[in-house]
Amino acid sequence: MAPILRSTPLVALLVLQISLLFFASTLPISSGSEDSNTITGRVRIPASTAIGHAAKFSNIKVVLNGGQNISFLRPDGYFTFHKVPAGTHLIEVYALGFFFSPVRVDVSARHHGKVQATLTETRRSLTELVLEPLRADQYYELREPFNVMAILKSPMGLMVGFMVVVVFLMPKLMENIDPEEMKRTQEELRNQGVPSLSSLLPASP
Amino acid sequence: MAMALRLYLLLIVFVSSAIVSFSLYEDQVGLMDWHQRYIGKVKHAVFHTQKTGRKRVIVSTEENVVASLDLRHGEIFWRHVLGTKDAIDGVDIALGKYVITLSSEGSMLRAWNLPDGQMVWETSLHSAQHSKSLLSVPVNLKFDKDYSILVFGGGYLHAVSPIDGELLWKKDFTAEGFEVQRVLQPLESSIVYVLGFLHSSEAIVYQIDSKSGEVVAEKSKAFPGRFSGEISAVSNDKVVVLDSTRSILVTISFVDGEISFQKTLISSLVEDSGEAEILSPLLSNMLAVKVNKRTIFVRVGDQGKLEMVDSLSDETAMSDSLPVADDQVAFASVHHEGSKIHLTVKLVDDLDTVLLRESIQMDQHRGRVDRVFINNYIKTDRSNGFRALIVMEDHSLLLLQQGAIVWSREEGLASVTDVTTAELPVEKDGVSVAKVEHTLVDWLKGHILKLKGSLLLASPEDVVAIQEMRMKSSGRSKLTRDHNGFRKLFIALTRAGKLFALHTGDGRIVWSTLLNSPACARPSGISLYQWQVPHHHAMDENPSVLVVGRCGSDSSSPGVLSFVDVYTGKEISSSDIGHSVVQVMPLPLFTDSTEQRLHLIADTDGHVHLYPKTPEALGIFQREFQNVYWYNVEGDDGIIRGHGMKSSCAGETADEYCFTTRELWTVVFPSESEKIISTLTRKPNEVVHTQAKVSTDQDVLYKYVSRNLLFVATVSPKGAGEIGSVTPEESALVVYLIDTVTGRILHRLSHQGCQGPVHAVFSENWVVYHYFNLRAHKYEVTVVEIYDQSRAENKNVWKLVLGKHNLTAPISSYSRPEMFTKSQSYFFPQSVKTIAVTSTAKGITSKQLLIGTIGDQILALDKRFVDPRRTLNPSQAEKEEGIIPLTDSLPIIPQSYITHSLKVEGLRGIVTAPAKLESTTHVFAYGVDLFYTRLAPSKTYDSLTDDFSYALLLITIVALVAAIYITWALSEKKELSEKWR
Repeated sequence: MAPILRSTPLVALLVLQISLLFFASTLPISSGSEDSNTITGRVRIPASTAIGHAAKFSNIKVVLNGGQNISFLRPDGYFTFHKVPAGTHLIEVYALGFFFSPVRVDVSARHHGKVQATLTETRRSLTELVLEPLRADQYYELREPFNVMAILKSPMGLMVGFMVVVVFLMPKLMENIDPEEMKRTQEELRNQGVPSLSSLLPASP
Repeated sequence: MAMALRLYLLLIVFVSSAIVSFSLYEDQVGLMDWHQRYIGKVKHAVFHTQKTGRKRVIVSTEENVVASLDLRHGEIFWRHVLGTKDAIDGVDIALGKYVITLSSEGSMLRAWNLPDGQMVWETSLHSAQHSKSLLSVPVNLKFDKDYSILVFGGGYLHAVSPIDGELLWKKDFTAEGFEVQRVLQPLESSIVYVLGFLHSSEAIVYQIDSKSGEVVAEKSKAFPGRFSGEISAVSNDKVVVLDSTRSILVTISFVDGEISFQKTLISSLVEDSGEAEILSPLLSNMLAVKVNKRTIFVRVGDQGKLEMVDSLSDETAMSDSLPVADDQVAFASVHHEGSKIHLTVKLVDDLDTVLLRESIQMDQHRGRVDRVFINNYIKTDRSNGFRALIVMEDHSLLLLQQGAIVWSREEGLASVTDVTTAELPVEKDGVSVAKVEHTLVDWLKGHILKLKGSLLLASPEDVVAIQEMRMKSSGRSKLTRDHNGFRKLFIALTRAGKLFALHTGDGRIVWSTLLNSPACARPSGISLYQWQVPHHHAMDENPSVLVVGRCGSDSSSPGVLSFVDVYTGKEISSSDIGHSVVQVMPLPLFTDSTEQRLHLIADTDGHVHLYPKTPEALGIFQREFQNVYWYNVEGDDGIIRGHGMKSSCAGETADEYCFTTRELWTVVFPSESEKIISTLTRKPNEVVHTQAKVSTDQDVLYKYVSRNLLFVATVSPKGAGEIGSVTPEESALVVYLIDTVTGRILHRLSHQGCQGPVHAVFSENWVVYHYFNLRAHKYEVTVVEIYDQSRAENKNVWKLVLGKHNLTAPISSYSRPEMFTKSQSYFFPQSVKTIAVTSTAKGITSKQLLIGTIGDQILALDKRFVDPRRTLNPSQAEKEEGIIPLTDSLPIIPQSYITHSLKVEGLRGIVTAPAKLESTTHVFAYGVDLFYTRLAPSKTYDSLTDDFSYALLLITIVALVAAIYITWALSEKKELSEKWR
């Protein structure tokens, strides 16, 4: 028990150190004066979500602050914004066929341009500036294949089905009725003279 | 039968669906929409014509586009639209596989992969001051890796490795008063010469080692006088400069680092010389100088001696020199003669040797030749062939080869400034414009194919045939008006002052015309108005548009009016109006007997001028003199002024169509806290179907519909900059609704912690605007709806019956309006470039917002999503009415992108126009690209869709009739047999 207890802070420290190392390696640190920070990030599109139109990196744009700067992706998916002043910025990724959440990026003035990023749509903060699409966009409606069941299930299909039942199955049912009873009913009808609608109902005497 | 059911079913589904979103099947692409890709006016062109691989030309344009074009057909292989502040300074090819672009005043260097346009590397260069930006890719570097790209920009000279963009060294040239003019690197030399002027009077040459960036030597020599800054590098050790008096050419040679000047008076070269100007083409050992509207060629001798060798008329465009075989250098010149252009390629050393002389018929409406780029190729007989890429005055791009235009691109359409619509001519009886399907058999065949398609029984070949049939649908591209109003013309005015008429059916250019003016050679176009739209009277007149232009770029320069016939594209008349144009106001509802619309044009002196200048128009105007008001917005000062008419202009220059105005009201925004960033009014020609809005609980709301409402958005001066430059506490956005007749502020709404840019749309009684919320760090959209309180009492039926209502009381802007507003805000997950709203003929169809996103797509958003009556839990009655439960952000449904999988690169504006069919609206979006589609915001409830199968209907009816007969016969037979029994 005791050794485990003792080791816990050590492990925590190790984790902290590793994460710090990771942090330092992925999030850029500015060089030079205050308003020349650099934001570097990466766009990654999982292969599984790439549908239809090919997700070509050459057609993806990364936009800073609603059009102040436009950056393009390198073959490995990295992008860079140069000469960004310290403050809170907005980065958007535009790729046909995908929807990316805008990213709130805080460039710290005190910590030499340390960058903190948060997805504004999901309010998830990012440990490294790797942007992935929230969803793949399908711009076209899919034509449903011709389906007999779908038609039968529809209100029109049900109506037609009911009519078919009436036309083809009712005579069959009629045949199963006892002929004598049938005759009696017919006689009753004849006795009444003019057949009325109410007489046809089974409840009538 | 089943199919009929299915169709019927589909119809039911469409009608009953709760949220109608625009949606498109993939095979419907191109049926109603078209998309055209452009690049803009070409600034630089670099040919890439190696023996292997596709021949291409790399261009950069004034729309900040870098593109690779197919040299054979002029198609775009790839292109990239850089940011608006990222103007391209230079483009070249390095290592034979990378396109290098220098942009942002020489501070951004990018390399793009030549075959597919993928960015390979990007280097941000340090810049300290504004300066010339020069990109120099040494000739050797085109294939050899040992050399580096030299970039001068922002006061620094950088050497960049072409392989990975690594900065090898940089040298500071930011010394006070020092201006770098040229960076030269002689072939196969490791020394880079940097020539600059100190205080424009001293020439300094630095010799820099190209490997290390060390300054090897520095020489300077004072010049008695001043340099003008116009310079031409004629060889690797000589430049020619014009001095500040523009009458002396100075040859500066710096052989072995020794600077020597040699002055030559221009008057000694050519008689009656005036002020000279050095032209930009780079020719080896020669320069082109423009003197007295003539272009003279001056050869630079070995000793720096200048002699004139040739002179050409002014209207000549020249290319840079191009090395051809055997150390010879050639250049091309193009000049006009009547309707032809003459392309001449000469050797620089020997101007009498003409390598090529071609004459090509050229459309008058392309103007003059602006730029020429040439490229040579070896013909089969081992002689040199030349192809020339020329940029015309209307920004179009043409490739000339072997005396013919191989291809042309209408690049003027990449810079559309204003758009209006026009009707096509009515089809005359007996004149069939396009042949419709010939026979019934063809017609049936077509429909049976369609039927197969809709039953999904069609084979792949059939599918292709169907698609082709739909695309070529005869009705689409006819040049006559159709019953539904689907065929129309979009008239687009471009920055080059050219007018294009585009057909809505297939997007082709029906006519185009370059504006002319008696006052100046080429007026720049400002805006476009419908001038004459005959519909009741003057039916035999052709409709026309008014183009307002200006001679020069300054707002006080004189204006030019031009009237263009819409049917033919001919300029009816053009007049130089002799006053400046600040604001053009079409007067609503005022037309004269020939249906010409009355326009007022305000000038810089505060006078307004009435057009057309006819006594009849004057009479109409005089009658309404007291009821004409106008306003102007002085954005920089934060003042909005309202004006009324006062009297005719007094003074000798004025005519009776000139009027003075008096100031009626001013709205002054405090400059320390508010800055106007956006103003907007309703479209004057918008149709509102009903004033009343009936809500679920049988309550009636009356819309406050006024033509004189102005939406103004102001922001704190600190928040006027970009996002990220201000904290939420420092910025506030305030919007106002102002009555433009009285200046009364009807409504004011303040958003704390928000900033611009504001994009807004104003329609009927509502405004929707998009802005940035700094606290949430998200974009927000707010809707404000305005209702009339004074009419709210008219709910009681008895009051209406007894006539005790005020519905017929005249509406006046002077009566104090009792109004109330409802508003609601939502988050929106994208930046926006522009917002528009659909418009239909009668205004009955529900509206959709068309949001042009920063991704250059257009999203159609139902107005019901921006309805202030949305609540979290709408009651059953509200749901039935179509009120959508409130969500904190507006949904982006991918299927409602009307541009589907296309982009309108560089999107700037969206124009909507109603079709005759109430359900349908035309949408035209322009930017670098053009896009058109037809929208039905509530689906086409008033017509059958294009893919409706008439054959199926016919077959169903025939089958039913046959079934009736058969069953009848059968029942007869059965009855007979019954009777026999």
